[in-house]
Amino acid sequence: MTAIQRISAGRRFKDRFVQSLVYLSFAIAVVPLVAVLWMVIKNGLARFDMEFLTHSMRNIGAKDAGGGAYHAILGTLEQVLLASLISIPVGLLTAIYLVEYGEGTRLSRAISFFVDVMTGIPSVVSGLFILAFWILALGLPFSGLAGALALSILMMPTVVRSAEEMLRLVPNDLREASYALGVPKWRTITRIVLPTSFTGIATGVMLAIARVAGETAPLLLTVFFTDSINSDPFNGPQMGLPLYVFDQAARPTDTAIDRAWAGALTLILIVMLLNLVARLIGWWRSPARGR
Amino acid sequence: MSQQIQVSGLDAYYGKHKAIEDISMTIEPQSITAFIGPSGCGKSTFLRTLNRMHEVIPGARVEGKVMLDGEDLYAADVEPVSVRRMIGMVFQRPNPFPTMSIYENVAAGLRLNGRHPKSTVDGIVEESLKGANLWNEVKDRLNRPGAGLSGGQQQRLCIARAIAVKPEVLLMDEPCSALDPISTLAIEDLMAELKSRFTIIIVTHNMQQAARVSDRTAFFNLAGQGQPGRVIEMDDTSRIFTNPAQQATEDYITGRFG
Repeated sequence: MTAIQRISAGRRFKDRFVQSLVYLSFAIAVVPLVAVLWMVIKNGLARFDMEFLTHSMRNIGAKDAGGGAYHAILGTLEQVLLASLISIPVGLLTAIYLVEYGEGTRLSRAISFFVDVMTGIPSVVSGLFILAFWILALGLPFSGLAGALALSILMMPTVVRSAEEMLRLVPNDLREASYALGVPKWRTITRIVLPTSFTGIATGVMLAIARVAGETAPLLLTVFFTDSINSDPFNGPQMGLPLYVFDQAARPTDTAIDRAWAGALTLILIVMLLNLVARLIGWWRSPARGR
Repeated sequence: MSQQIQVSGLDAYYGKHKAIEDISMTIEPQSITAFIGPSGCGKSTFLRTLNRMHEVIPGARVEGKVMLDGEDLYAADVEPVSVRRMIGMVFQRPNPFPTMSIYENVAAGLRLNGRHPKSTVDGIVEESLKGANLWNEVKDRLNRPGAGLSGGQQQRLCIARAIAVKPEVLLMDEPCSALDPISTLAIEDLMAELKSRFTIIIVTHNMQQAARVSDRTAFFNLAGQGQPGRVIEMDDTSRIFTNPAQQATEDYITGRFG
């Protein structure tokens, strides 16, 4: 039988040491995040005004003050919306097939493999693919839609992966309970499985949107570039916020640099707003609300 | 309403593995039949073949006949979904739908299978909750989440959900194994009441429970590791527990093995 022991000094030291190591790594992880936010807010606020949000860059040179990112905000929203409209249904249905129908089949293993491969595609490659296929081979013009196609290539695997993970978390008990009530499989999926995993899927989708909203390279090759407002994503070159930041930051004057910072701030705000909306929907849908 | 079940020559497989072999029995309406036997002898598998839940598992299949009032549930043109509407099931662990309120949980079987006027659903929800002896405890909080109830209440909620679709037969797969003695007693009392309306079949590891609630008892066993399970003996419960015909049954109920 062993006696009750006192905590030795050595153990106490090790405990403290590891604890401070954990805090230190947390600080190291948070520092860049806070620094980025701080820089963007500090520098972005200078030009973050109504004119910036409501005007385009038409007839405004690099040295001129004023001008704004309205055309870029509009372009980004339209492109991301189109990309979501394409990739969320496809991604979600793929995930449903993988989890609910294809378990263990050769087709589902092949799909899983290719989704993994797609996750690793560098964003510029997806832009090059749409440039080569859509614009050069099919001869279609640069447009917001071409950009959305390139973005959806990047978005789809993320949506599939996160939705798949969330669907797998739904306990099999619930599916069986539903079957035992005489509910058909498709209705079990739409009325039991999807609502149960809704919050998780919404979060995953939001992360995917946030990821593609900041992509620059694929847009450069597909939506081209413009200083004017083009609200039609199916015709003619558009602008996007990342493109706008990229363009303005490359110019030598302070007014342009300020516009670039304000553009970056706008992009961050849009993504944060989308995230907030997703959280609100998740909270509103969650069963704990009634408690 | 309740109907007679006749099983003849039933085998069930998981892939290549034969889990139960050559089971034949008749289950009378308005009675409680208990399945007892050591773990892994195929009681639950057999129970799940009765409402075609067995085939939900990938690779699982069934051979043989299950007749519900003269109709073969495994005939080629039978829709499994409609079988499960006739033969409800309560599982080992309470599994209320987490996104739904108490009310929605009970109404789930109705709502997911078609549209019904609200007054009808209201009536059935109240009737089912009363049938499951849960109405008095939850009538003031029908809109709260079903997952917020205690384990025993959740299990009665699941019973209410199962009887709300008005099945002929109620299958219960160890419905009390996750519950405390008081909740178990509540569910046993409930079964005795439900007996007048449904044919009830219960799988249990608790032999006192089988002796308390059931009219007929079937003893399942397997010949050895990897062998399929079989019915060793089926008789009136009083006979099984006092004077079984088979030595293996006697050994099991007296606690000599299992």
